[in-house]
Amino acid sequence: MIRLMPGEELGHHLQTAISEAVDGWDGIDLWVRPDAVLDTCRYVREAPDLQFNLLNAISAVDYVDHFELVYHLTSTVHHHSAVLKVRLFGREEPSVASVIDVWQGADFQEREIWDLMGINFTGHHNMKRIMLWEGFEGHPLRRDYLEAPR
Amino acid sequence: MAIRTEPVTVNLGPQHPSTHGVFRLRVTFDGEVILDVEPIFGYLHRGSEKLAEERTYIQVITLTDRLDYVSSMLNNQAYVMACEKLMELVVPERAMYLRVIAAELQRIASHLMATGFLINDLGAFVTPLMYCFRERERILDLFEMLCGARITLSYMRPGGVFQDAPEEFWPALARFVNEMPHYIDEYEQLLTGNEILVARTRGVAVITPEQALNASVTGPILRSTGYSWDLRKDDPYEVYDRCDFDIPLGEHGDNYDRYLVRIEEMRQSLRIIQQCAEQIMPGPIKADVSALLRPPPGDAYGRIEASKGELGFYLVSDGGITPYRFKIRSPSFINLTLLREMLIGWKLADMIVTLGGIDLNMGEVDR
Repeated sequence: MIRLMPGEELGHHLQTAISEAVDGWDGIDLWVRPDAVLDTCRYVREAPDLQFNLLNAISAVDYVDHFELVYHLTSTVHHHSAVLKVRLFGREEPSVASVIDVWQGADFQEREIWDLMGINFTGHHNMKRIMLWEGFEGHPLRRDYLEAPR
Repeated sequence: MAIRTEPVTVNLGPQHPSTHGVFRLRVTFDGEVILDVEPIFGYLHRGSEKLAEERTYIQVITLTDRLDYVSSMLNNQAYVMACEKLMELVVPERAMYLRVIAAELQRIASHLMATGFLINDLGAFVTPLMYCFRERERILDLFEMLCGARITLSYMRPGGVFQDAPEEFWPALARFVNEMPHYIDEYEQLLTGNEILVARTRGVAVITPEQALNASVTGPILRSTGYSWDLRKDDPYEVYDRCDFDIPLGEHGDNYDRYLVRIEEMRQSLRIIQQCAEQIMPGPIKADVSALLRPPPGDAYGRIEASKGELGFYLVSDGGITPYRFKIRSPSFINLTLLREMLIGWKLADMIVTLGGIDLNMGEVDR
């Protein structure tokens, strides 16, 4: 079985290692400050008793007043998983550090989020549209995206 | 004498037969050797994630059918499991058994396609593919008994399945489970020791387990490197913990091991089906839920081991009748992250074989 590491447990862990990275937690999720994403991800991947070596998915959700990025992580070594979340405020060019240097698996997923949700990942070597074509206007998965009239 | 050559950039696709759909690769060659590869996606992008936002939870099932269109059952299963997690539904036991039987049949069908097309790409044009399709047809016949459809199945529902298997399904399933091992033996006799297959796939496009894990590559590609990671075993869902089966592993992480892992996985799937058919008991097949689901506000990530790797659905509910956000974590798409590492330094002909060995499905890559 894979045990879900509650946000609380991981939060206590992180507070001692990286001060001011944690933004809050509940029984499942852990919220991380946007400027601490890269440090946090590097830490949870490398720390011997965490070793989250598999990035399952990065998802982006548009909650209108803010965007939320959701990182689903699993450790194949310790058989536990965790959910990291990041809140990004502001609809003009929200931006966060890319975790491609920590997990290569973030490559296409971050490009997809930029393409469809319009969140920019700094430090990504190839940040361009992936599903839609260059020159497409807007980011369709945003809640305020309007289709062209049919 | 060495011939001086210059790099040439070639577009492969979007309608090249080896890409199994519409997929374009911009490849830079030095003579025949690949210097650089850039995959270009999106030719089959239908905006499934956006479409789901204006459909009810039940209607979304039909969208999942069209992701990886050769393994609809597995897509259904991953999606309904995410819904159940969101709503904290308890699924009746008989429904879980029916779902596992259907999912494992679909896994065999998907691996048959993968094997057939790999050999097709190797130049054994169509004959081995038709051998594989012969058995796949029988699986589709079984699906037709279950739900009346053959490809876009929509068989599963949050809380169970939409109808019980008819009487004639069980003898047909038993016959299939009995005969299928002989057919797999037949493929192995034709293919496994085949000199051309071995020469063209052994040692080609090798990746290490560390590379694969770091790039979130899962499924048969990860297991071909010798790393044991299968959600059916490592995080058992439905009734997999009541079945006895092995996780086939490769050693070298090359195209040949990917082929071997898939062949062996088909045998293991048959074992699971047989055990499920023995253990299944009469009972209800669907939890008592309304046709118009209104999950409580919240989010859930449901995942399964699909035929190509980890298939996950991330659902966010705002308490309404449609998903607020519906995100697909598709294995084919993320498995392509390692494409450059697999291809650079190999020749054009090896690239075609490697694409067959990865087993990608464009419906799932572009969504």
